[in-house]
Amino acid sequence: MNEMVKNTGLFALVALLIVITGVMQSWNTALLILNMGLISAIMALGVNLQWGFAGLFNVGVMGFVALGGLAAVLVSMPPTQGAWAAGGFGVIAGLVMGAVTIVLAVLAYSRMPKGNMRVLVMLVILIGGFFLYRSVFDPAVEAIEAINPASSGNIGGLGLPVLMAWPVGGLLAAGAAWIIGKTALGLRSDYLAIATLGIAEIIIAVLKNEDWLARGVKNVVGLPRPVPLEVDLQRDPEFVERAASFGMDAVTASTIYVKLEYAALFTVVLVILLWMAQKALKSPWGRMMRAIRDNEVAAEAMGKDVTRRHLQIFVLGSAICGIAGAMMTTLDGQLTPGTYQPLRFTFLVWVMVIVGGSGNNFGAVLGGLLIWLLWVQVEPIGLWLMSTLTSGMSDGALKSHLMDSAAHMRLFTMGLILLLVLRFSPRGLIPEK
Amino acid sequence: MDLLNAIITLTNFVIVPAIAYGSQLALGALGVTLIYGILRFSNFAHGDTMAFGTMVTILFTWLFQSWGISLGVFPTALLALPFGIAGCALFVLLTDRAVYRFYREQKAKPVILVIVSMGVMFIMNGVVRFIIGPDDHAFGDGERFIISARTFRALTGLEEGLAIRTSTGITVITAVIVVALLFWFLNKTRTGKSMRAYSDNEDLALLSGINPEKVVMVTWIIVAALATVAGTLYGLDKSFKAFTYFQLLLPIFASAIVGGLGSPVGAIAGGFVIAFSEVTITYAWKKVLVYALPDGMGPDGLVQLLSTDYKFAVSFIILLVVLLFRPTGLFKGKSV
Repeated sequence: MNEMVKNTGLFALVALLIVITGVMQSWNTALLILNMGLISAIMALGVNLQWGFAGLFNVGVMGFVALGGLAAVLVSMPPTQGAWAAGGFGVIAGLVMGAVTIVLAVLAYSRMPKGNMRVLVMLVILIGGFFLYRSVFDPAVEAIEAINPASSGNIGGLGLPVLMAWPVGGLLAAGAAWIIGKTALGLRSDYLAIATLGIAEIIIAVLKNEDWLARGVKNVVGLPRPVPLEVDLQRDPEFVERAASFGMDAVTASTIYVKLEYAALFTVVLVILLWMAQKALKSPWGRMMRAIRDNEVAAEAMGKDVTRRHLQIFVLGSAICGIAGAMMTTLDGQLTPGTYQPLRFTFLVWVMVIVGGSGNNFGAVLGGLLIWLLWVQVEPIGLWLMSTLTSGMSDGALKSHLMDSAAHMRLFTMGLILLLVLRFSPRGLIPEK
Repeated sequence: MDLLNAIITLTNFVIVPAIAYGSQLALGALGVTLIYGILRFSNFAHGDTMAFGTMVTILFTWLFQSWGISLGVFPTALLALPFGIAGCALFVLLTDRAVYRFYREQKAKPVILVIVSMGVMFIMNGVVRFIIGPDDHAFGDGERFIISARTFRALTGLEEGLAIRTSTGITVITAVIVVALLFWFLNKTRTGKSMRAYSDNEDLALLSGINPEKVVMVTWIIVAALATVAGTLYGLDKSFKAFTYFQLLLPIFASAIVGGLGSPVGAIAGGFVIAFSEVTITYAWKKVLVYALPDGMGPDGLVQLLSTDYKFAVSFIILLVVLLFRPTGLFKGKSV
């Protein structure tokens, strides 16, 4: 069987599974799975760029995804009345002061001669800078959070169309990745893993606590949408008529129509990114990346700046995760920092990349779609399986416990799939060429 | 008198909690560092190993409680601890047999083993949630305080109280015993010495006839014991929740790396460094300063450097500083 046929078959299988979901459950569920699957595929592309191309071990995907979500809020929400006047500039001034402090400390460290004097100067700069920063930053934050705290209390956004947030999300994530990469790349691989794991937790902590930014755990809801609202469609007589001609009622038709529009938007982004990733893979740059991955010493001997190239691809991959994060927040229509969990947003994406085939862009996309489908469907399947298995049991504490716990089967299943693939097919479903 | 009050407040809110937290982190970091030294990979499943061991301990605690067995003033969990360790060791040995051994024989790259440990993490997390559920469980019983704030105030006549909880006392004492046992084992026994030899130089150790499978097995058992003890102590001190244990991974790794990966002494030092910095930086110093400074000089604000939600940030920043300036950690660990 030739490779092309096999790969097409695998994608057709995923499509078939989604269609089965549509027929067996509902088309709304199927489209929901498809939409999140497309977003997951983009995240997997980003991680595949870092791991598959360059062998960089990034376990901070969640942080970059969350930054993308933040971008969606900052770009698309309408500005809060009076927030900028009250404290917007104070906040910016405070942040700039913080950044200047760090830059000064780094300068002092790199420019001054070694010795106690250098340590002392650095400490004075850092401690002095910290208190100065707090003295400017805190009152500004208080002023912003005092504005109508029940419904806003944050700085608000720019009121731009939400589609613009997607590239901005990428930029935000790229900026964060640059800072992390600058400090942690060049160290050994495990350290990059721990560093990214930590930074992701910190980004989530910032999102949860800095209420002035995106309302923290009070959540931002009602983001503007790139597609029409279902309610508006249902009121549109032309749409209702057309739905009727398909034999559907207006409510179902409108929800499906909206989801299809999202799916179209996401597919466009995915295809563009996939095309770019394929181009990059086949370019001299991509070959160099893989050469560095396979033998850093030899690549260095050939005059390649390994750390710089790693930084480059780390930033690019994280930017893709940021774009996916902005898309996801747009789809949800809300930013809820409390729902970002590393198992779901970091490690699950890793399962997608490994299962799909690291180093192969199509593999990553396939993994994203397939694993997301499984992640959603394992719960009902587990429930069904458990009720079948326990059907012979008499009702009691054990049976109800088993039924309640069936919902947690998905973590177990994902782990099992990851281990089985690693053991028996370590190169994934669509291996690297 | 005021200065004494300041010291008491400081002890009550900073030093005592930090010592307890530090001991728990140190035990966790010891496990990570041992795996790194002997099996040569960063075990991402360690937090969930802790959760698994603690879960078994809790199940046995409930069993004993239902039988009416208790330890009087001490928590019943102490009685259940050996069973928890045994259960955890069994499970960990099983994963080693079923999962890790294959890659060890293949001499897979460490990063592959890290990814494998990610899969094990998922499975353990799933098993724990499957058996005990994702909710909070408090399983401590027995006497709550060694000395309560009210008793302390009555005894000393000071304004501020110093409360020492039983769980804190047990944490410190158990940690000391466990660490002493571990160092005695590593330094004095034949198996311990062969473990250290294997960690220092695998090839030389193999040449001198050390059985690698035995070393690995003993390591897993010790790691399971350390993880279960650390997890149970943390659970007694706070409460048990599967997700919290998973999140402990970051401070534990930070402790192990700050101390120097592969160095047991470093893991202990790292644990206390991380714990003390987390607690001091997120503590609101107002009360202490009001007592310590002359009248009228006390600050208006809370003097809290960072809000408690940023405690991860503290361990992370210390980690970064150490990595940048001393990549091998405080005590010379491995840096491959």
